[in-house]
This record gives sequence, structure tokens and C-alpha cells, in this order.
Amino acid sequence: MSRIVSITLQNNDEARPIIEAIEKDNPDATVNIYPAMVKIDCEGRLIVKQETVEELLGREWDVQELHLSIVSIAGNVDEEDDYFELSWNL
Amino acid sequence: MSLEIKTNVIQPRRQTYAHIAKRLGADKPATRYQEGTWDLQPTVNFHYRPTWNPEREIYDESLTVIKMEDWYSFNDPRQLYYGTYTMARHKMMEAEESHFKFIEKSNMTALMTPEWQQKVREFLLPLRHYEWGANMNNCDFSDKAYGTAISQVGLLAAMDRLGMAQIISRVGLLLDDSSGTSLDQAKTDWMEADIWQGVRKMIEDSFVLDDWFEQCVAQNLCMDGVVFPLFYQYFDEAGASQGGAAMSMLNEFMQDWGKDERRWLDQLLKVTAAESAENAAHLSGWAADWTDRAVEAFTPIARHVLGDGADEVMQSIRADITNRAQKSGIEI
Amino acid sequence: MALKRKKKLGIKQRYSMLTRGLDWETTYQPMDKVFPYDNYEGIIIHDWDGWQDPFRLTMDAYWKFQSEKEKKLYAVIDSFAQNNGHLGITDARYVNAIKLFLTGVSPLEYQAARGFTHVGRQFRGVGPRVACQMQAIDELRHVQTQIHSMSHYNKYFDGLHSSPHMHDRVWYLSVPKSFFDDARTAGPFEFVTSISFAFEYVLTNLLFVPFMSGAAFNGDMATVTFGFSAQSDEARHMTLGLEVIKFMLEQDERNIPIVQRWMDKWFWRGNRVLALVGMMMDYMLPKRVMSWREAWDIYFTEAGGALFQDLARYGIRPPKYADIATKEAEHISHQTWHTFYNYSKAAAFHTWVPEKEELDWLSEKYPDTFDKYYRPRLEYLDKEEKAGRRFYNDTLPMLCQVCQIPMLFTEMDDPTTISFRSSDYNGDTYHTCSDGCKDIFDFEPAKYVQSWLPVHQIYQGNCGGAGIEDVLKWYNLNLGADNLEYKGSPDQKLWDEWQAHRKKA
Repeated sequence: MSRIVSITLQNNDEARPIIEAIEKDNPDATVNIYPAMVKIDCEGRLIVKQETVEELLGREWDVQELHLSIVSIAGNVDEEDDYFELSWNL
Repeated sequence: MSLEIKTNVIQPRRQTYAHIAKRLGADKPATRYQEGTWDLQPTVNFHYRPTWNPEREIYDESLTVIKMEDWYSFNDPRQLYYGTYTMARHKMMEAEESHFKFIEKSNMTALMTPEWQQKVREFLLPLRHYEWGANMNNCDFSDKAYGTAISQVGLLAAMDRLGMAQIISRVGLLLDDSSGTSLDQAKTDWMEADIWQGVRKMIEDSFVLDDWFEQCVAQNLCMDGVVFPLFYQYFDEAGASQGGAAMSMLNEFMQDWGKDERRWLDQLLKVTAAESAENAAHLSGWAADWTDRAVEAFTPIARHVLGDGADEVMQSIRADITNRAQKSGIEI
Repeated sequence: MALKRKKKLGIKQRYSMLTRGLDWETTYQPMDKVFPYDNYEGIIIHDWDGWQDPFRLTMDAYWKFQSEKEKKLYAVIDSFAQNNGHLGITDARYVNAIKLFLTGVSPLEYQAARGFTHVGRQFRGVGPRVACQMQAIDELRHVQTQIHSMSHYNKYFDGLHSSPHMHDRVWYLSVPKSFFDDARTAGPFEFVTSISFAFEYVLTNLLFVPFMSGAAFNGDMATVTFGFSAQSDEARHMTLGLEVIKFMLEQDERNIPIVQRWMDKWFWRGNRVLALVGMMMDYMLPKRVMSWREAWDIYFTEAGGALFQDLARYGIRPPKYADIATKEAEHISHQTWHTFYNYSKAAAFHTWVPEKEELDWLSEKYPDTFDKYYRPRLEYLDKEEKAGRRFYNDTLPMLCQVCQIPMLFTEMDDPTTISFRSSDYNGDTYHTCSDGCKDIFDFEPAKYVQSWLPVHQIYQGNCGGAGIEDVLKWYNLNLGADNLEYKGSPDQKLWDEWQAHRKKA
């Protein structure tokens, strides 16, 4: 029974720190690499934290900049100033 | 010494799409505006009638009394398709953002006299609802319009009106320290204050117009024809002597936008009026009606802000609309 | 756009002030007159303020992010054109996937732009109106970037020159056209259920990932770039779709059976349209990404599974006939390709029998069905072609009254029997291809009897004349160029010339 949430990002320079941040903040996530895109799956919940991305990026980063890199998502969205979260209600 | 770069030259078999070549009169390179606009909207062989209004087709010329032999006689002189549209607006917005930043950093709003600040809250902030009404009207006319060329300018205009409603809202947040109280008051003024009721009634009446072309004329020629000069030129000038420089800076987006609107609107009216005497008569009738209404509706606000000089200003604005319309072949 | 200036207002609160607060209850005109269409479908909304904005994009942010995407995209499109990027594809057979896309899918983007403009005015809640308007302009973006990306292909390959004209007339294109006309003519709540939820959420990956990955695998940089660029918009659209469903289900439990019925209907209509995509994935791509069966497993069975588990708490169950669609995944691409092979005279793209390695790939991917039912038929057609008797079917097929696909699908438990259903209405008999389509017809027969069925129209003389060539000219098909077998086509001849020229240079 699948409870997987998922985010697919373009596999390019801009998205790299975001992908790394997701891996860091979601240790149970699986990263699948496809041509030109990266699909990250996680059980139940996945979070993108502004703080982590900014650390890796070396500049201020608006969570809404995610719009430039997203290919696809699966899960309910919760968007705040300092994070972006996907989840299925258990 | 000249540099010659040898490339693998492969002759294209055609320059553009067939329907584009037909309109151009020859198979030659087309602009992105042309390829992205001409003939996109279906015109025949619809499968079902709308269950929400079975008297009409999905795309239907009879939704307006205006008649055009070719609905692509009009083309947007700005040549805006989605790409160039977003870039143009982003550029305008970048300038506006730096104004907001500067004004906040320098605390420039503190230069406004308390009287002028109060006036700005009373005349500018409720205008966010006017802009929202304009969003609805442009969305409505874009929905019903025939042909991609006209529908497109409406949709872009609708999004612009939302953008300007949000800019005006941010002015409120600037004045009330992000508490939002100024916006609550502006809503109350819009709903209840005497000076605004003529405007709100006019807008609500325009919401229920049957003819989308009339709706476009009412909103974009007549109402905007009053609002943009009145609020962003005349009121702006009145504020200059009362420390209103911050507002002047923030008005820039709207001033530029007002000019931009006229470019496509005047062209649309011109082409449509030139098509037939019947079209010109319809446009003239609508323009006359709605200009009268708009001038009447905004006069109380003009008097509130400008005092004695208001009536003369409104006459001047009316004359400008009349002159402008005349250039497009419309007699008010 | 610096949200960090003042941390006093959170993103939700600020967005609420900049957007939700703009609306008002009209008093000079009754609300029902201002919003005449959002009350008749039986959907009950008690409180429009219950709407949760999925993404809180103010226009300044919209213009900023979207213009950045556009700059990047057009730089790639320009570069692609400048460098003869079309020479980089695997081989010219791939272009037939693009032909199908430009004539079948791109016009739907335009319909979506107009459809969302309509509901962007007609919903009485300000939150959904703004989200729908943003989607409307996004869809305008999609149709225009597609037209612009493929403009370069049109210069060199056949079948791409008359997309709007063909979409409104050609027989197989009435499948997507009627799909979207159905959505456009439905009420606003059904529209968003059909497009935002069923199409943009449940089924979107089954459309986009095959085409975009297919493009990536086959060297089509232009399509890959526009595809990924468009997909970032799709993330917002998907979220709108999910939010719309939850909103309706949470507002009143009387909405549940209505929403369930729409889900069943639109899952099925969407599944039918996707038969064209399945065919594309399994047959048109010289370098294949995955099989339709595999795509179905990942993007419907797995992803859909989690979604419907989530919706179960509202009393929603997975779509009716999902099990049939899953069984069909073993068959439909083969059945659909075979039909197009038959009717290649009348289609604006080429068909062919796959090469031996490709047949072997299909055998591997469909171990239970391909060798048993479909490979022998293809090998026979290949033999005929080599003997100078390339088969073209000169009759016209019978179409399903609802999905308008020819009656080519078989009973899933017996692939030697055509799936065939009928219904009587007002003294006439109507035919459908499946229980799914029959259910749709039976619920609203007055709607579906209006269908402009291409084959009926041809027989009635409404399509240019009495002969097949008259009809093809009426379609604006360039005879001997847009249609027929791939081998020997102008596309193929030119491709071979270009490849030879490159080797010499």
C-alpha cells in the first residue's frame, strides 16, 4: 500500500542545492535519477527547508524559487515562508 | 579581414505554418506573435452545446452585436504573447519593487502631511476593489470574445488588474505598518462610504452586461479613461505639495500601464469602428453612455480630493476621452 | 520580490490580504446574476472562505518566475533553430510523435486557456477564481511555447503545417477535441474536476512523462526544454486539482456522489484519450523510454493508489473501471497502432511495422500478450509490405459515440472479441466501445447525441466530397507527404539525405 509522496525536479545546476537539501532533511528519501530530472520519493512526508537550501546555496533563497525547478509533485502541499512540505494524511 | 563560418546549410521546406502563410499572403518567416495568435481558436464542428447556456456555441460570434468579417483584423500593436508579456511586466515590476524598497528604507511616507495620508487612504486604497472589478470584467470579455487576438489582450489585462490591485494593497500595508487595518477600512469605504457608491454600482452593473464588447468599452475606455488620469495624474499632482512624493513614485507602474492599455484598446476600437457604420454606431452609443456614467460616478471622489477644481478636471477628462475616441472613429 | 522585508506578516496572511480581501458581496446586482452558472450542478458550497489557496503566488512573483522561465526556454528554442537541432534526433520516425502532439494536444492547451478563463470569472469564490485565472494564462503559455518550439520542425517535416485546421476536422483528432469540448460545456465544478483533477492530477504524468522522456531519449532538445519548463507550471495545476476536490468534498457530503460520478467519467474519458499516448510510447519512439504498461504501473497504479487512499476518508473510492484500464494496459497500444497502420492513408503522420529489435522489445515488455496476439499480425503486415502490398484499409471505421475512437478495443478477457455496447435513445441506437463510455452516454444521452462524429459527417457529405481524396484535401492534408507509410515518405528520404550529407562533411 503506497503512501509515497514525491517531488520531481529538473536535474540542473539550479536545482542541485535543493536536491541536496532534501536528501539532508529527509534521510529516508529515495533519489531516482532519470534523463534531465530527479524524482525524490519518501514515505508519508517530505520537507524542503529554506534554511538548509540557503546554507548549501550560499545566498538568500525564497522558497517560491522552487517554482523554477519543479517538474511534478505528489502529495498535499503546505507552503510557508520558510519551508515547503508534501504529505499524505495518515 | 572577414570571418566566414561554414555551416551545414539545409534549406527549409517551408517558412511557417500554413494558416500563417495564408494570412501573410506568402510562405515567409512569421513573428512569434503571429504564430502564437492567429487562428488558434476553434471555429467549427463543436461537439456539444454548453450545459450552462445551451443557446450558444462554445465559441460564438453572436455573443456581441459587433460584426467582423475577420476577427484577426485586430492585432495587438504591442505584439504581446505570453513570453514578451511576462518579461515586460517583470521589468515594470522590478522598477516598482525598487521604489517600495527605497520608500521603506528612507521612511519616505513620513513626509506626507497627515491630511494627505488620510486622503490617500480614502481615495487610493478602495481602488483595489475597482481593480478587482476590472479583473472580473476583462476576464469576462476575454472568456466570451471571438478569436485569439482579442481574447488574449483581455486575459493579459485581467492578470494586470490583479497585479495592480495587489500593488495598491501593498501601499495600504506600507501606510498601516503591515497591520492590514487600512485595507479593512478601505473595504468598508468601498461598501458603505457615500463617495464610492456610484462607482460600486456602476461596476456591479457592468458585471451583468450581456455584450462582451460593450463590457470592454465600458471598463477599458470609459471607466479607465476616467480613473487613470484622475487618480494617477490629477490626484498625484495634488499630492505633490503635501509631501506625496512617495505616492508619485509608486504611481509609476499604473501610469505606465495606463499608457500601455491605450495602445491596444485604441487600435481595437479603430479597427472595429472602421469595419462598418453599424459597428461604429454601437461603439459610439456604448462609449457615450458609459463615459457619462463614469464621469458622474467618480465626481464625488474628485470633489473630495480636489475640492473646487474637481468639476473642471472632470470636464477635461471627459474631453480627452471624447477626443481619443474620435481618433478611433467613435463619436461620443 | 522580497518577502523578507517585514516578517510581521506570514505568507498566508499577506496573500490573504493581497488577494482574498479584494472580493465583495455585490448589493446593486444580485450575486446570482453576477455568478449565473455556479449553482446548477448540484454542488453545494456553504462557505467559499473554506478554500485553501494551494500556491500563494502574487502577480509580482508570477511575472518574475515566469519571465525567467521564458527567457531560458526561448534561448534554447533559438539555439535549437540556429544549430539545426532537428538533425540531432534519433531518426525521422520520432517526429511523428511530435505531429501527434502538435495536432492533438497543443490545441487542448488553448481550450484549457479559454476554459480556465471562463471558470476564472464564473466561480463566486475569489480564491478559486485567482487560481483558475493563473492557470488560464499558464495554458496560454503552453500552447504558445509549443507552437514556437515546433515551428522549427514544421520547416523540415510534414504533418505539422495545419494544426488548428486539422484539430477541428480530422477523424482521430475528434478524440481529444470532443474530450475537451465535453469539459468546456460542463459546469464550472465539473470542468475543474475533469481538467484540474482527473487530467492535471491523476493522469497528467501519463501524458507528459512519456512525451518528454521520449523527447529526451530521442534527442529532441526543444521538446524536452519546453516540457520541463511547462511541468513547473503543472505542479501548481496539480495542486489546484487536489484542492478543488477536497474543497467540494469537505463543503457538504451531498457533493460526494456527484464528485464520484465525475471522477469515474473523467478517469474513463481521459484513459481513452491516453490510448494515443500509449501507442506513441510503444511504437513511435525509435529509442523507447518504457512501455505503456510500465508507465501505467508507475503513474497510475502506484501514484494513484496513494491518492485514493488519501481520499478514502471522504468516502471516495478509486474510479470505476480502473481495473479494466489496468488490464487494457497490456493491449491498447498494440490495438491502437494497428488501427492507425490500417488508416495511414487518412492520417497526418506516418506509420510502419517496427524493426525486429523493436518487436523483440515489445515481446519482452508484454510477455503475456504481444507474442500471442499482436506480433504475428505485425509480421504478416511486414511480409505484405515487402511483397509490394502495403496494406491500407479503404473503408471507414465505426466510432464510439462518446470517446469517438474507432471500435478497436477488445473485451479485456477475450482479445479476439471487439468490445461493443449499445444504448437506445429517442428511437435511435447509439454505440459505445466499453462499459465506461456506455455509462457516460446513459447518464447524459441528450449531450452525447450531439457529437460531431467524423465518420458520420463524411458519409453525410459534410467533409469536402464523396471521395476519400476530397476528404483528405478538406483536411488540408498534403497527399503523399503527410500521410501513408513511413518508408518512402518525403520525411524519410530527406532524413537519409541529411544523414549522408553529414557523414560526407
